[in-house]
Amino acid sequence: MATGNAIDPIHQFIVAPLANIRIGGIDASFTNASLFMVVVLLAVTFLMIVGTAQKSIVPGRLQSAAEMAYEFVASTVRGTTGTEGMKFFPLVFSLFMFVLFSNLIGLLPYTFTVTSQIVVTFALAGLVILTVILYGLARHGTHFLHLFVPSGVAPALLPFIVLIEVISFVSRPISLSVRLFANMLAGHITLKVFGAFVALLLSAGGWAVISPLPLVGIVALTAFELLVAFLQAYVFAILTCVYLNDALHPGH
Amino acid sequence: MATRETATSTTAHTEAPGGHAKGPFPPFDPNVFAPQLIWLALTFGALYLLMSRIALPRIESILEARRARIANDLDDASSMQGKAQAAGAAYEKTLADAKAIAQATAQATRDKLAADSAAKRKMLEDQLNAKLADAERSIAGTKAQAMSHVGEIATATAARIVSHITGKPADTAKIAAAIAATKT
Repeated sequence: MATGNAIDPIHQFIVAPLANIRIGGIDASFTNASLFMVVVLLAVTFLMIVGTAQKSIVPGRLQSAAEMAYEFVASTVRGTTGTEGMKFFPLVFSLFMFVLFSNLIGLLPYTFTVTSQIVVTFALAGLVILTVILYGLARHGTHFLHLFVPSGVAPALLPFIVLIEVISFVSRPISLSVRLFANMLAGHITLKVFGAFVALLLSAGGWAVISPLPLVGIVALTAFELLVAFLQAYVFAILTCVYLNDALHPGH
Repeated sequence: MATRETATSTTAHTEAPGGHAKGPFPPFDPNVFAPQLIWLALTFGALYLLMSRIALPRIESILEARRARIANDLDDASSMQGKAQAAGAAYEKTLADAKAIAQATAQATRDKLAADSAAKRKMLEDQLNAKLADAERSIAGTKAQAMSHVGEIATATAARIVSHITGKPADTAKIAAAIAATKT
């Protein structure tokens, strides 16, 4: 694994333990992924807590950014679920910031992208769906199951419709997690491949003259990946809101 | 790592042809699921607690304070504006009052002066009229006096004429009566 790292686009996703920890037979090693989870945690905490420590009426840069993040997510939650959904605001905000910072920090060279691991995104999506189901059942009881039974459907079609609704509900955590994971994975592989192109062309004699082409490409791709990083965090947050809205107001 | 690769090398030959990774595609490596999940739970849990307990309430209070401050300032500004308008109105009123008083004073003075000058003129006219009447009276007196002498002169003249014509003294009483008869 030590050879040819410059060309291997998969290498960046390998989770390697930095400190082996085992708790009751379960591997709880502190890995490079764990390290960057902690980095994300510290970065978000720095922005949101250290940045707002002064509580200025006229905010500085950091406090402005923190307030912008707050108002952005708050308006998303309010717009999607109504004021009632604001009880889930801390959850949606934490998810948004965690995903956003994971994506952004992952774009820096030599870092690890936490959200490029399916297990991480699936765990986050599972948390969302679990919240939806538990809150929906606790609040509406069996009425929550009306989510799967749209009103005004011909009885003959009903079993079919319910089946489709159940499938669509079950596929939600999968689509939510795979969307984020695949975007991050594909983006980072593309960046790596383009970067490797530059290196390969430079070491290929006369072909070195066209090496600026992939370099330009990688610059454009990096900008694009920045957009994707933000967009995927936003999509994750807004879909969370949409699903939570179902828990708040089941029945179409 | 080495044990992980050997344990899974038999199952994963689908990824990365020509690559060197002997394990499964890294994001799908089930061996790293447990530590990932554990650390994700720890870090995300910590993040959720920090956000929901500290960061978000703090920002909410900051935004609330700012909203209150802005509303306060706007209230202050509008009350100031009200005061300024009241002061303006008071100023206008004082000005209008002062103008009215000044006009009234001017009018009173004008009236007084007009009355004074009218009185003086009347007095002067009265004096002049009195003098005129005096003069007319004295003229009339003088005229009457002069006219009273006319009779005597006429009588004397007539007597002379009569005595000259007749050669004998005239009866003055008859002449006076005759003249008096012609006068009337």
